[in-house]
Amino acid sequence: MPNFLLLLHQTPTRFRNLAPEEIQKILGGYIAWREALVKRNKMRAGEKLTDDGGRHLRTKDGKVSVTDGPFSESQEVLGGFFMIEAANYEEAVEIARTCPHLVEDKWIEVRQVDAVH
Amino acid sequence: MVSRLAHILGAQRLTMAEDAVQYAMLQALQLWPYQGAPDYPQAWLAKVAYHRALDVLKSERKLRFYDDETEFELKNQIDELQATESGESPRFSQEIADERLALIFVCCHPALPRPASVALTLKVLCGFGVEEISRAFLSTEAAVTQRLVRAKRMIREQAIACEVPDPTRLGDRLDAVLEVLYLLFTEGYAATAGDRLIKNDLCAEAIRLAESLAENSSTTRPECHALLALMLFQAARLPARTDPLGDLLLLEEQDRALWDRSMIHRGLLHLEQAAQGEVLSTYHLQAEIAAIHSNTEHFTLTNWEHILELYDLLQEKQPSPVVLINRAIAVSRIHGPAAALDALKAIALDSQSERYAFLHAAEGEFHRELGHFGQATLCLQRALNFARTEPQRRFLQRKLAGLSAGG
Repeated sequence: MPNFLLLLHQTPTRFRNLAPEEIQKILGGYIAWREALVKRNKMRAGEKLTDDGGRHLRTKDGKVSVTDGPFSESQEVLGGFFMIEAANYEEAVEIARTCPHLVEDKWIEVRQVDAVH
Repeated sequence: MVSRLAHILGAQRLTMAEDAVQYAMLQALQLWPYQGAPDYPQAWLAKVAYHRALDVLKSERKLRFYDDETEFELKNQIDELQATESGESPRFSQEIADERLALIFVCCHPALPRPASVALTLKVLCGFGVEEISRAFLSTEAAVTQRLVRAKRMIREQAIACEVPDPTRLGDRLDAVLEVLYLLFTEGYAATAGDRLIKNDLCAEAIRLAESLAENSSTTRPECHALLALMLFQAARLPARTDPLGDLLLLEEQDRALWDRSMIHRGLLHLEQAAQGEVLSTYHLQAEIAAIHSNTEHFTLTNWEHILELYDLLQEKQPSPVVLINRAIAVSRIHGPAAALDALKAIALDSQSERYAFLHAAEGEFHRELGHFGQATLCLQRALNFARTEPQRRFLQRKLAGLSAGG
């Protein structure tokens, strides 16, 4: 069965004034979502990426230039990813649709991992 | 966890302890969604919080302080967590309970104004956010924040220590704690405005904190059990207090089958323990009264004579308008409405009692029973002016409509 990457895009948020109970509620949502996928043997991996925009490497005139990625609260970054297993895009999208990440202006990019079949 | 850190850092650094725990929670919020919760979430959070506190301490140290002892203690804690792997071994549980208790005594110190203590207890011990506190008390977030900041400043300035007071000094300190817990509970229980769910939480938290006092050998006193019993009897009635539309139901109208029997049972056990010793506090008397209601199968069977005796005693100790109005209701059940109106006269009318809707409603009810419909209408209208919530208003309007329909 193919693997899919769920790329979680977001503008880095600073959580201000969140009460412990609210934090627990949000966490509870994510953990339940993730656990359900683990149980169905669909969850392959998941990692959080740091909130800075990372480094961008490009070649120009044969030389590699390194620049900082976007690093401001107004610019979108790739916040983290999950790798899941799904039969096809349809199923992968169904799974991504229920991800608690999808609030406010956050969005998810679903990509299939190419493999030799 | 705040109590553990406050114990190590000292009550003067309460904010630092809170911030470190908040930092750990936010770290969890960032990482756990992706990686899942760790095997021992509490230990994970504790470790992150200790490290954070240590970092903050170190940067403070560069600026001005030297606090080797605290740093040493924090490092020990981190080592210990690493050594035990789980960090949640049962041998800590007594220690944790004691530290929580110590923090209750900090938050409810008699030197702090009561409203500040209530807010601080909710924030530090119950994990409530500023927004929730302001919703529960119909206050603005800015006002609650200011109250908290002032309370913490007072804790620093008065050098209040994070410890359970020794037995010789327990008296005053415990009185203040019980009073704060009682305020917390009545605010949750009262049908005054505010978010319903949060208000139920207030009751539950007050009961939980009172339980920790009653269960600990160094703080348990008959009054603790009496207060706890009172809260349990009252809370047992919560499910029956409103009809499906959210309208208030009087004791007379409540479906007693909805009362929580197991809570009442626990209340009775604590009332028994409260009876050990010579003390007869106002909590004892109120709990006794609540126990009578809780154990009466039907409203018509209520033993009003006994209730009135208890209110007579309570009135001597605490002649507040609330007590006097409730006493007058007991009087009306035994001696009739005219005697009850007389009993109400004991209440000194001042700007505060004047604004108390319950007083006017009771007066109106006694007039109605006497057939003074004009007087009754005036009283109920006055009550309506001072009503604080929508259910209260609807309740009074229902009464008024009944009056104009011919009594």
